[in-house]
Amino acid sequence: MDAKDILGLPKISLPIPQEKKSRPQKDSQRKPDGISREVYALTGGVAPLMPSIDVNQLKKRQQPENEKITWEWLSFTNSARKDDLKLYHWVRVVNGTPPSGDYSFAKYNKSVDVIKYTDEEYEKHLTDDSWTKEETDQLFDLCERFDLRFVVVADRFPSSRSVEELKNRYYSVSRAILIARAPSPADVSGHPLVKEPYNISQEIDRKRALSMVLSQTKQQERKDAEILSEAKKIMESRMAAKAAQDAELAVTSNTSPEGMEKTTAPVETASPSNVQATSGVAPLMSMADNAASAAASLRMLRVYLRTYALDQMVQAASSSAGLRTIKRVEQFLQELKVNLKPKVPTKAVCAEHLELRKEILTLLNLQKLLQNKEEGSSYREGSYTETPDTPKDRSFIPDSVSFGAISTERVGKRDQKRKGPGREAPSSPAQSNKRPRKLKATDS
Amino acid sequence: MKNGMHFIRGLFLKDMPQNSSKNHSSNQQLDVTSHTPKSPRTKMVRSSDDNEKKNLVKKLKDIEISVPIVYGNIAFWLGKKASEYQSHKWTVYVRGATNEDLSVVVKRVVLQLHSSFNNPMRVVESPPFELSESGWGEFEIAITLHFHSDVSEKPLHLYHHLKLYPEDDSGSLSVKKPVVVESYDEVVFAEPSEGLFARVQNHPAVIVPRLPAGFSLPPVPAEDADKRKRIDPKDNPLTQWFTNFSEADELLKLAAARQQVQAQIARVRRQLSLIDGQHQQQLKPPSEL
Repeated sequence: MDAKDILGLPKISLPIPQEKKSRPQKDSQRKPDGISREVYALTGGVAPLMPSIDVNQLKKRQQPENEKITWEWLSFTNSARKDDLKLYHWVRVVNGTPPSGDYSFAKYNKSVDVIKYTDEEYEKHLTDDSWTKEETDQLFDLCERFDLRFVVVADRFPSSRSVEELKNRYYSVSRAILIARAPSPADVSGHPLVKEPYNISQEIDRKRALSMVLSQTKQQERKDAEILSEAKKIMESRMAAKAAQDAELAVTSNTSPEGMEKTTAPVETASPSNVQATSGVAPLMSMADNAASAAASLRMLRVYLRTYALDQMVQAASSSAGLRTIKRVEQFLQELKVNLKPKVPTKAVCAEHLELRKEILTLLNLQKLLQNKEEGSSYREGSYTETPDTPKDRSFIPDSVSFGAISTERVGKRDQKRKGPGREAPSSPAQSNKRPRKLKATDS
Repeated sequence: MKNGMHFIRGLFLKDMPQNSSKNHSSNQQLDVTSHTPKSPRTKMVRSSDDNEKKNLVKKLKDIEISVPIVYGNIAFWLGKKASEYQSHKWTVYVRGATNEDLSVVVKRVVLQLHSSFNNPMRVVESPPFELSESGWGEFEIAITLHFHSDVSEKPLHLYHHLKLYPEDDSGSLSVKKPVVVESYDEVVFAEPSEGLFARVQNHPAVIVPRLPAGFSLPPVPAEDADKRKRIDPKDNPLTQWFTNFSEADELLKLAAARQQVQAQIARVRRQLSLIDGQHQQQLKPPSEL
């Protein structure tokens, strides 16, 4: 600023005193009337340019000045009270006359209509083996006092009865009385008590189930979710098997729920073993199941195109293979000069095409296996799960498809566990073919 | 809810009662009457024909009949007569693979053209199931085959991309030689009813498998000769451009490919067993485990 002064620019010197002038003005403006400084600051320190609410829209205060309003400390009575207690409170008195009418809160004194039976009625309709008249009378008295709050009633009941028992007795008595007093059964048939009587066993079960759900630990929740998903899988495989109505398929679907059942049993143990076991069983089933469910779904369709059918079967066959494998199969097909989608899709051609694809899959899996074994043999502790493959290899030739599925599965796992600890294998080569080994840390 | 879970598991371990097999009953039952002119066309008929109808409706399990079809388009360039918006005259069609009459199973064909056409939804009620139009653009045509009621309730959808211009970019458009694009496919009817089977078993358009020996079909009045006297597709002028699809070539190639793959599989298996033999020897002495 001084520099400008020196340079002799007089005009600029003027705003400075102006600023100084405006600032004290602003400061005085800042002290608003009626509200504190902090609150005023919320509006941004400036009064709002326009009123946020249109004043005309607000209701005018109804206060015609011809009335004289005073407030007086007066006594009042409450009709809801049984005694004549007189309490005091402030009352708005208009023109000297106090307000009339009941205490405004008296209308909220509601109570339940608890049925009152006579002794005769008791003798006639309400006798019960497990309830004496005394107890029943006590029950009803408590119910009336506590407005049918059965939890409270149960607490106060002299002999210990569960809430459900009390409810049961109360509702059945009321129901019996209702029916007995009704001029004709039709009149009361609409009454909720008559239409839907209290079902004590159902209630007990329901509450027990509820409390169990409430007290479920996180682990149990997880287990339940797992079981549910497995149940769903079983359902689906069962649906496919049923729709197909094939004897062979019925066998596989019978083994798969059993397989699932057996795998859920060791769920109690460490969960990693569970994951492997189910995933081990799944691919074997998945190959056969996929083909079965694909065939079943096609049959459901009734009318379909051969190309569509081929696509479905191809998808089913390659479902256990990853995307890369599928691409490799297609590459192979191209190398063999075979069309990826046959140009003349007759039944025979499609069947051959499908078989060819399956064989290529098998070949690729075998090649991968071979590769792994060759690499595995370079490690001294090459005691992976390879060895048990050999007996399976020989015995599995007819069923190359499912074998391919197992080894893809296992190969995938082995790829992840390259540097894992070795497993002893040769002692039991004759294992059940359907169950891959669980990779446990300790082995027998 | 542990209890609930056990309950569900129990469900799956017991065999649930099978109720599947005879459940596809009678959305077909009514419609068989349309082909046996004797029986009255009422819904709940409890007449002597009832048994016969039931036989006709019965499904032949594990049997499928297939109808090979070819669908596609032929496009002629209009040459001198071509204008900007009408440069080609094209015909899209669905035909039997050997130019047979498809009306034995197909009731009508609905073709959905591009929205720029008037009335883009075209219906062809009788063979030859084709549609001719003129235009300039290529687009996807949705072809829907509606079948006779005893064949199938549901229609089948095909998609064909209309091709007007030849593949080679030199674009030697000739008025004489059309652009032909056809696709072969087969419509498969799984578990056909006996009535349908009997009706079509001798029709050249339909491939019908051999029935197991001793199987007898209910008698069905043969297709009337005058029904066959509809437009014989063989008189179609476009027939000369149709491609002949033969499966022999493909089968040969596939068989050769399979042989190759099988040979390779055998080779890899031999290699695997070799390595396993080595492994067995390595593991004979107890190793660190």
